[in-house]
Amino acid sequence: MSGVTTFLTRRRGGRSWHWTDIVSWLWLIGGLVIMFGPAVWLVGSSFKTPAQLAEFPPTILPYVSQQASVEGYDTPLPLYSVKLPDGSTRIMAELRRIGIVAQMVDPKAPKDIVKVNIADRQPVREIGFATGNYTEPFVHFDFLHYLRNSVFVTAMATLITLLTNSMAAFALSKYKFRGRDLTMLVIVGTLMVPLSVILVPLYSVVSAVGLLDSLWGVILPTVATPTGVFLLRQYMLTIPDELLDAARMDNASEWQIYWRIVLPLAAPALAVLAIFSVVWRWNDFLWPLVVLSRKELYTLQVGLNTYAGQLNVQWHYILAMTVVTMIPVVLVFVFLQRYITSGIAGTGLK
Amino acid sequence: MGRITLTDIDRAYGKVKILHGINLDVGDGEMLVLVGPSGCGKSTLLRLIAGLDRPTSGRIEIDGADVTEVSAAQRGLAMVFQSYALYPHMSVRQNLAFGLENIRMPKAEVDARITEAARMLEIAPYLDRRPGQLSGGQKQRVAIGRAVVRNPTAFLLDEPLSNLDAELRISTRAELAALHKRLATTMVYVTHDQVEAMTLADRIVVMRAGKIEQVGRPLDLYNAPANLFVAGFIGAPRMNLLQVKVRSASATEVAVEGPSGLAAVIAANGAALKSGDDATLGIRPHDVDLSPGGAGSVEAHVTLIEALGPETVVHATMAGDEKMVAVLNRQGLDAGDRKISLRLNPERMHLFDSAGLRVPSL
Repeated sequence: MSGVTTFLTRRRGGRSWHWTDIVSWLWLIGGLVIMFGPAVWLVGSSFKTPAQLAEFPPTILPYVSQQASVEGYDTPLPLYSVKLPDGSTRIMAELRRIGIVAQMVDPKAPKDIVKVNIADRQPVREIGFATGNYTEPFVHFDFLHYLRNSVFVTAMATLITLLTNSMAAFALSKYKFRGRDLTMLVIVGTLMVPLSVILVPLYSVVSAVGLLDSLWGVILPTVATPTGVFLLRQYMLTIPDELLDAARMDNASEWQIYWRIVLPLAAPALAVLAIFSVVWRWNDFLWPLVVLSRKELYTLQVGLNTYAGQLNVQWHYILAMTVVTMIPVVLVFVFLQRYITSGIAGTGLK
Repeated sequence: MGRITLTDIDRAYGKVKILHGINLDVGDGEMLVLVGPSGCGKSTLLRLIAGLDRPTSGRIEIDGADVTEVSAAQRGLAMVFQSYALYPHMSVRQNLAFGLENIRMPKAEVDARITEAARMLEIAPYLDRRPGQLSGGQKQRVAIGRAVVRNPTAFLLDEPLSNLDAELRISTRAELAALHKRLATTMVYVTHDQVEAMTLADRIVVMRAGKIEQVGRPLDLYNAPANLFVAGFIGAPRMNLLQVKVRSASATEVAVEGPSGLAAVIAANGAALKSGDDATLGIRPHDVDLSPGGAGSVEAHVTLIEALGPETVVHATMAGDEKMVAVLNRQGLDAGDRKISLRLNPERMHLFDSAGLRVPSL
């Protein structure tokens, strides 16, 4: 414990607070609030009831009204803290509300009904979790279906991405042929073309080959990524050519050189690309939305959208399922952040 | 059998010509050493023999069969690389087995060959380690082992000792020589170190700028270098080369005169020389000795004395700023003795004409 205190109160130079210490603290706390605040709010709100979500001002934590069983009434009644005309405050249960007047009763003396202006009372609340937000979509909606589709799309797309990108990178890093640098330039150049630009032609292509409304239509157009080719090529350039020559002397075919020498040695870069690919495909929304129209094929991100109807948005479900869909990506970041940073450092990507 | 014949080999990268008309015949069981300064094309030549690279023109034959267009794998050769090129993700055993598995050799025979190679090269204790866990010398052995298990027609070695420290280099050199003796397989060995070449080779090929300067047995190259380049390259310390003028020349002897009163008569066929020609006189440092002065000796000014123990290296300057190095097989030369007289052994002199070619000795 003293170690933590020492760490937290560590200051620049001597014993007194330097202005940079204060600025650092403000900067770090500010950063924490900005980066982490929305996530905390999301998780907190995902446990709120629809009524509480609509409340203003919003709260970070989810609350539920306290209720009490009162003698002579079948259902539990909500408790309020009531300011009585004599100035005292009492906890009372509400029987019914008529206009701006509520009929309240003291749980200890259930016979006396008191009429109270609703402005003079505050609900008594405690922290409580509306776990139904989580269980309902699993039980009554197609959430598991969406989850399965998402897992399939992510896994297949990542596998194919790793295979095709590493093959392209192998050729572009280890073979010398005319137009190699130009090819690389063109591949990297496609980084500058956003999805929205090619959305319509891509849709036509996918439609023409009959992949519309199928999970393969979501998977295949996304597997060739310029980022992946670039990242793997840069890594493979560091694998000495003498190793490949040694393998050639060892009777290895070009495929064996790729499969048994280059691919295992590029494992760190492949891990980075796998992480990126999982995150990209898992979070993909626009392209699956365009391709998929049957509900049973929806991926999670598209599935979440079904809770937002034309007239009625079920925010409590959206929030809860957003938390669920975030979990895999968060886990990936928590456990593999070392590789992610090295990957970003290695490619100079955002 | 492992006879390799190269005919008129050229290799160019774009406009840059690396090799010019190489003709070479490597005999079966021979240890041939390609030696030359860096960039002379010796490694390129080795890669052409290996099949990792194709010649621009010319023909490569192994045991009489034209293999110019045959892939590296089909040539039946094994190569040891300068960086060892061990597969870092495989254990030593897997490294050795890789080439054999690729030709679908039965598992039992693979194991037998690995065991035999490991015993011979004393790498048995490390068979399950990764290359990253081995020292430089151990990696070197594994690299050689990977070549040995293949049982190749010929070994190609590309500066295999250059990454070892001086002491290990000497012991590994001796082991390589012993290995060659035992296997009696053709070896083509590339190095830039003339000591390695002298100690290992049956024959040495001296290369410069993509051309073969001289091919011959080590002592032939040492005793009768064909030109100034070979004379300067073979032997350490370098041969002293002095600018001289031909005073008289005949088919049996050539008389020359040079700086600091140097005058010598060399038994050589000087029929092509005439009086007044420029020439270069070569004398190895070991053939220079102190003299009491007088006729036949040259005067020099000592600039540095290196006492190595068994011998003393004297660096001196002669008139006309000609450098002279003498290796004396004794100790106790007075460091303060600034002026010395040197005697050059006329029987061990080499004479080169103005084009740098050797004037043949008698």
